[in-house]
Parts: sequence; structure tokens; C-alpha cells
Amino acid sequence: MALLEIQNVTRRFGEFTAVDGVSIDIEAGEFFTLLGPSGCGKTTLLRMIAGFDLPDGGRILLNGTDLADRPPEERPVRTVFQSYALFPHMTVEGNIAFPLQMAKTPAAEIPGKIREALEDVRLTGFGKRYPHELSGGQKQRVAIGRALVTHPTVLLLDEPLAALDAKLREEMQIELINLQKEVGITFVYVTHDQTEALALSHRIAVMNKGRVEQIDEPSRLYSFPASRFVADFIGTCNLLEGSVASNAGGIVALEVPGLGTVRVAAAPPAALAAGTIALRPEKIRVQASGAPSAPGDRPDNRFGGTVTEYLYLGDVTVYIVTTPGGRKLETLLANSGAGRTKFFEVGDAVEVSWPVEAGHFIGQ
Amino acid sequence: MSRPAISLQARARLGRWLVSGPPVLYLLVFFAAPALIMVLASFRTPGDFGGLAPLIENGRLDLNLDSYTRFFTESVYAQIFVKSVWYALLTTVFCLLLAYPLAALIARSAKKHRDLLLLLVILPFWSNFLIRIYAWMIILGPNAALARTVNGVLGWLGHEPVPLLFSSFAVLVCLVYVHLPFMVLPLYANLEKHDRALLDAAQDLGAGAWQRFWRITFPLSLPGVYAGAALVFIPALGIFAIPDILGGPEDSLIGNVIKQQFLETRDWPFGSVLSIVLTVAALVLAGAAAWIGRGSLGTPSSTEPARA
Repeated sequence: MALLEIQNVTRRFGEFTAVDGVSIDIEAGEFFTLLGPSGCGKTTLLRMIAGFDLPDGGRILLNGTDLADRPPEERPVRTVFQSYALFPHMTVEGNIAFPLQMAKTPAAEIPGKIREALEDVRLTGFGKRYPHELSGGQKQRVAIGRALVTHPTVLLLDEPLAALDAKLREEMQIELINLQKEVGITFVYVTHDQTEALALSHRIAVMNKGRVEQIDEPSRLYSFPASRFVADFIGTCNLLEGSVASNAGGIVALEVPGLGTVRVAAAPPAALAAGTIALRPEKIRVQASGAPSAPGDRPDNRFGGTVTEYLYLGDVTVYIVTTPGGRKLETLLANSGAGRTKFFEVGDAVEVSWPVEAGHFIGQ
Repeated sequence: MSRPAISLQARARLGRWLVSGPPVLYLLVFFAAPALIMVLASFRTPGDFGGLAPLIENGRLDLNLDSYTRFFTESVYAQIFVKSVWYALLTTVFCLLLAYPLAALIARSAKKHRDLLLLLVILPFWSNFLIRIYAWMIILGPNAALARTVNGVLGWLGHEPVPLLFSSFAVLVCLVYVHLPFMVLPLYANLEKHDRALLDAAQDLGAGAWQRFWRITFPLSLPGVYAGAALVFIPALGIFAIPDILGGPEDSLIGNVIKQQFLETRDWPFGSVLSIVLTVAALVLAGAAAWIGRGSLGTPSSTEPARA
């Protein structure tokens, strides 16, 4: 039995279905992320777990018990809000003491627990400050410390890093991973930022229009997206649609307009007439036309084209290669050669190639 | 490019004075000067037929502390003073008890309804103050439904009938009625800014409805409570029209005594002394309230949502 079971949960607001028959099992000790664009229902789902909203259909079970008739204050679930929601008239200590006081913790135990919580979130010595005297990152830590001090069964985090700048966000991501390992509490994390989700989570549920598209580990989501939406939402992807030309021996050949026949390792049902190949930019090999192929290279798919655009990003450069048929392919090369800033100029004739295992076949 | 005749700083200074000069002048002429005249009058001798005796008589300056001595020796004035403070205090407390739920209701109602509800709160201001007090004479009158119902119930319980009008009850009811909007408005202005997420967070952290109010909403609303209390208490302390019209002989407040000194007894110096004591008392009480509330007022803009 999973710790938190979301069973066929639906929530409607008038005509709009915010959450549509979602089922997710979250295991104890897991760092689980609900990922999706805004309006996909992830925050509504989080609010239903916290108890601020109730499902119109389905059940939410914690340790096998239905949470339906328990108000937020009686659920062993804590939330870290996007705006932090620190109490401005209380010091950091006052904020952290609040849930302890609500839980009727003996007064003698409170200072020790506050000290532990401050240590956990690396804010020792900040106890006497007021929220307005803290930076964004520090407020964030207080909010997390306050939510964890009573050792909840589940910690819900609603886009907690959205208000921080990029550098601080990265630092906080690492701290969150370490903190979760340390305290061993189940984290349910909501974000629209796929890089953040990939970096933090043990498992991710990708949501779209109130439904779950796929639940999987980050690397599997990235390499084996179950739908076009997931392929497109997680990272960058070339989506090559076409009709099935042949389908035998674990290899599917797809007739892609503007490109030609593309082969991919897959064994879909024989009746399938059309499909999509998801091909990550970094899996495409780009070389100057006529250059000898490297030893061990297995170019099952090979096409000519011209570099029409490039985007220099420092560590990598994105090259857009356009085929004679007008198909644009996004490719990515690491600028790893010493002194090398870029490999190609706009207008260079190039050859793109990739093996059958590089692409991922989506049968839709 | 020619140099300006006066520097930019000088022009900015001039601009500031042009804007703030007229109101400062107005206050000096119509507020500070009369107040000083009143202070001077408090040390003078009343004239034989009212007003003030000449300031210089027989070549010597006639200034004395007689009126102050009278205030501090005749205990009846101190008693009336204490009673006035008590009435003003009761008015403030009742206004707070009535206004808080009202302001909270308006602050939490849908945005499109708020303007209408606020309009209803200030609607009484559209009719004349005295007319509104006279209206209470009718409501509380012995032949009105209210008095007949109350006395009917009392009679049924075997009690003597009580007059509602010309009583301290009538004075207090009207004091609360007149001052209620001054409590509602600052409270609403405060409560309306509260961040809903704080209450969600409190609930999430285990706080029930009462604790959410007592630990979060109420402390954050204290600036509004203090502002409302000051706006109610200070005018209620000096009011004379309401006890005059609705009160009995026992309900004279300090405002009535001051009015009496100037218009009936025509003892201007003593009226001035009473006015000065009233002003000083109001200042001291307001200062004490600000000092007690300095913690909560000192926390800057506590109700705004946190931002990084």
C-alpha cells in the first residue's frame, strides 16, 4: 500500500474540469513532483491533498484512511506556500513555534525543537528576526522549517522556488534534495519548471489539462516520453510525424514529410498506420558534408541539410539544420573543443545522422 | 543655454512651500491662534456680565490661577470628567464589538459588493447630525414600539416600566450609532489588505477558526483597531449634543459643562480651563494608546504578501 493514494480524483469549477480522473500512488519517503503548465490542475490537486479543496469525485487516502472529512488543520500534511505565507507579526522563532503550539507541544520542549528546525534549514542565529528582515531565500527556509517542525507525514511544496533568482534557485534545489534525504519525509512538489522537476524528483507525474500524461522517473520521462505532450514539455524535442512504411523485426520505418524514411527501434502493434518519433537534439550527430564517418558510427538515418540558424549558449550551441525538403531539425553540439566557439556557420552544408536507438517511437 | 535664475533646489523648496503653505497658514490662524487665546483666557478673571474682565486693570496685569484652583478643588468637575471618559470608553468598546464583524464581512465579500456596502456604512453622514439625534428621540420615545415592547416584557415579568429616552442608555446607544462608521472604515481598510494565504498557512499548521482569528487576523488588524479607537474615543469624549438632547439630568458630560460655562454661566475662564483639561486628557490618552500599540504599529506593512 502506498503512503498517499490519489484514486480517480476529479474536481470541477463550473464547466471547467480542473482535475479529471487522476490516480497517483506516492510511496513513503519519495520526492514526488507534479509537473505541468499553468492551468493543468497540479495546484488544485495539491490543495485537495492539503484539504483546502475537496474532490467532486474519487478519494484521497493517507495510510489507507480517506481524508475526505478531515479539515486542513487535522491532516498530518503541511504546505510550503509559494508566497511563503510567514506570519509578519511573529519572529522566525514565533513562526516555527506556531505549529508546535497548535499541536499543544509542552512549552518546555518547544525551544529545543525550534533549534533543531533552524539547524535543519541552516538558519541558526536568525530566530529573533522578523520576516521582513530576511531575504527571499531565508524566508523560504523559514517556511520549510515551520512546515517540518511537527514532522508531518507529507510535505507539500507549491512552486516554492518560483520567486527566487536563478542562482539561488539552484542552491535551494540542492538543499531541498539534501533536506528531504535527511528528514525522510515524503515531499510532493508542484512546479511548471521541467528542469527543476528533473533535478529534484524521484518520480514525476506530468499533467496536462487536468489529466496525468505519464508518471515515471526523470530519466525515463526524458528518454521515453509516453506522449507527444510529454516529449515536447520535457526538454526540447524534434517531433517527426509520419505514416508507417514498414514495421518488422523491432524496427519501424516512418515516412516523414520533408525528410524521408526514418527508422527507429520499436515494436508497436502491426495495425498502427501512423506515429511520431521523438528525437532529442543532442542525439543527432552533425558533421560537415563529405566528412568521413567516425569508427563505430552506425548512421541508420542520414540526411543532408543546411545550417539556417544557430544559437550560441556558452557551453553548447544549438544549430537548426534545414533539409532540402524544408524540414527543420534542432541539433545541439557541446563546445568542448579547446578554443572552439562554434563548429558551423549559417549556410554550411552539413550531414545529420542518428542510429535507430536514438529516437523514441510514440504510437499516436 | 542660460543658467536658471534660482537653483533647482531652491525652486523645489519654493514649490513645497507653495503647496503646503496655505494649509499651514490656515491651521495657524484658525486652530493654533484660538487655542492660544483660550489658554490665555484660562488665566483671566471673568467679567461681571460674562466674557472677560479687562486684562490690565489699575495698571496691573490681571492673570491668576483661580479657575484652575476651582477645577481641582470642586470634585464635581473631576467626577463629570471621569464619567465622560467612562462613556467614551464604553462607546469605543461597543463600536469595536459591532464594527469588527461588520468590517470583516465587507472585507471578505465579493469585490463588486464592497463599494455598495461601504456606501451603506457612510450613508448616515448624508443627513444632518442633529436630525439623526432627534430621530432617536422618536425611536426611543415612550410611545414608540421599542419602549412599549420592552416595558411590556418588563411588566409581564413584574417589573416597573423604565423610560428609554432621557437616560444614559439613550446617550450610549446614540454615541455608538454616531461613531460606528469611524470604527468600521479604518478596520475595513486594514482587514481588506490581509493576505488570505496567511490564514491558509495557519490552518495548514493546525490552527482552528478561533486560533486563526486570535493569533493571526486580530494582531494584524491592531493598527486598524487603534486608528478606529482614536477616531471614536476622542470625539466621544467631548460630545455635548447627544447628552443634551437624549440624556437625563444625570447624563451631563464634560462637553455639556463646557458649553454651559461659555453660553449660560458665561464664565469664560473656567470654560477654558475645562477645555484645556479635556484636550490634554485626550492627548495623554492617545499618546498612551500609541505607546501601548507601538509594537504592532512598528512592524512595517505587516499584511502584504511576502515577496522575494
